[in-house]
Amino acid sequence: MSATQQAPVSRPARADERVAAVGLWRRLLVKPELGSLIGAVVILAFFSVQSSVFRSLGGVANWLDVASTLGIMAVAVALLMIGGHFDLSAGVMTGTTALTVGIVATQLGQNIWVAIAASLVLALAIGFLNGWLVTRTGLPSFIITLGTFLMLQGLNLGLTKLFTGTVIVRGIADAPGYHSAELLLASTISVFGQPFRVAIVWWLLATAVASWVLLRTRFGNWVFATGGDEVASRNVGVPAARTTITLFMTTAAAAWLVGSITAVRLTSVQANTGTGQELIYIVAAVIGGCLLTGGFGSAIGAALGALVFGMTQQGIVYLNWDADWFYFFLGAMLLLAVLSNRLVRRYAEAARR
Amino acid sequence: MSTAAGDRSGAPLLELRGIGKDFGSVIALDDISTTVRAGQVTCVLGDNGAGKSTLIKVLSGVHRPTRGELLLDGQPVTFGAPREALDAGIATVYQDLAMIPLMAIWRNFFLGSEPTTGWGPFRRFDSATAKEVTRRELGAMGIDIRDPDQPVGTLSGGERQSVAIARAVHFGARVLILDEPTSALGVKQAGVVLRYIAQARDRGLGVVFITHNPHHAHPVGDRFLLLNRGRSMGDFAKGELSREQLTGMMAGGDELTELAEELERPSGR
Repeated sequence: MSATQQAPVSRPARADERVAAVGLWRRLLVKPELGSLIGAVVILAFFSVQSSVFRSLGGVANWLDVASTLGIMAVAVALLMIGGHFDLSAGVMTGTTALTVGIVATQLGQNIWVAIAASLVLALAIGFLNGWLVTRTGLPSFIITLGTFLMLQGLNLGLTKLFTGTVIVRGIADAPGYHSAELLLASTISVFGQPFRVAIVWWLLATAVASWVLLRTRFGNWVFATGGDEVASRNVGVPAARTTITLFMTTAAAAWLVGSITAVRLTSVQANTGTGQELIYIVAAVIGGCLLTGGFGSAIGAALGALVFGMTQQGIVYLNWDADWFYFFLGAMLLLAVLSNRLVRRYAEAARR
Repeated sequence: MSTAAGDRSGAPLLELRGIGKDFGSVIALDDISTTVRAGQVTCVLGDNGAGKSTLIKVLSGVHRPTRGELLLDGQPVTFGAPREALDAGIATVYQDLAMIPLMAIWRNFFLGSEPTTGWGPFRRFDSATAKEVTRRELGAMGIDIRDPDQPVGTLSGGERQSVAIARAVHFGARVLILDEPTSALGVKQAGVVLRYIAQARDRGLGVVFITHNPHHAHPVGDRFLLLNRGRSMGDFAKGELSREQLTGMMAGGDELTELAEELERPSGR
């Protein structure tokens, strides 16, 4: 732009063209979702070629369904990871919220919407507690949420036994207001005669909203900054503590959505629902390009990571492979993702001279 | 070099009168006086432990001075928090720069003060304006960035300093405090930063340039405040000191001569 400008510019103008060519390539490479997009395409192609069921409309509906509830969580967990934190209680919280919906609706005899609202309040409270403890103590979120994870796991079992005498909450379908809840959370939408779960719509919606917030709002800027360098961001006036707490509450709200969908769809909830899922959310987010150190990642990438996960899980079933291989694949993909993320980060950060 | 030497008539932008700061029984600063005028550079020189950092913290509102007065536009002021100093137009560019390496330049530029557009739940970060302003402000400093989208981490040290300076200028700084901006840089990069300091000065800002390098301070400074162990070794106008004198005072003159002798002996084999 400064072709006519003379001496004061320290860099000769002709250097620009050469750098611009690298710039485009660099810009493509530093997109965090690039790796997961390539991964998703490769896996889609692989299983589609191998299995006719996988590529059929019914198959697509099936693996999208697996990816959807996982994807809602992965997107929220990705935001939290970009903000520099982990939430190990995210998995068990989907169980806590589902059980709360079930217990309030069946044992306390409330309308299902009251149960769902109560569940939301509880989830937000847990999320706030996680965030508040992390920001207040400065301890790693890993250890704080490990604590809440174990506590919730105990509460899920203990309270379910206390209320029902068993480890399962049944009969959610009989609660008043169930049909409207089912329509919103657990119905199907017919596309070309093939029913697709409505959870897929929630997943796409969550991804779109998260992506917009992350890239187009002040809050999104604060998320990147808090995860990138908390002290520096506080120095320029970013409310880092508020951002962190909001992120933990967002993860909790996502767990509430997934828990409610689970409770309404299955109409009965096991006390151990969701336990062990938290690492899978993190895996999906990492496959989607999130750095474990924070400050970098994408919501769309995390959604693609969940898609990779869903396709692999169902693809292995369709090919009649032993399900044990699933974890091998998952681990391999995670390693691959972490290694390529590392390269990308180095490349993005490499100083010009 | 002698720009704006004429407006000595008015009150200085910032004036320090006998500033002192104690931490318990430790006297970190004592009886420091100098002035910062619009369109001039006041250099604060001193070795490690001379009290440079404490002085910055007093000026930027992190610490309250124990003794003495701080005058802004001739009026006594006290800052209870960094935000108050910032609101009064005193911006500090710290050594660590308060920038996030993985974030784009334009995102860093407006971090914490993002412009927004739209209303209610659709209020969003006005990225078009942010990119445009970033490009324009950096351009005004003579920094030609190719792509405001590139991460700050890909910039060289000097460019990063310049972005931080441009940011402070854009957000209404009248006094710019630069904490050792050249210390971690090579000769060429330091030259780039010195040019931007001159740019900021020419735009009418009062600059406080903290450094331990007299060779960086002398060409750009209009006033020199020398610190040693928390005390002022003098507050000089540019004409009163040659570079050699400045270097001599900085190194503690005699100490340097002694050191030179001590170092020379073994090499005479």
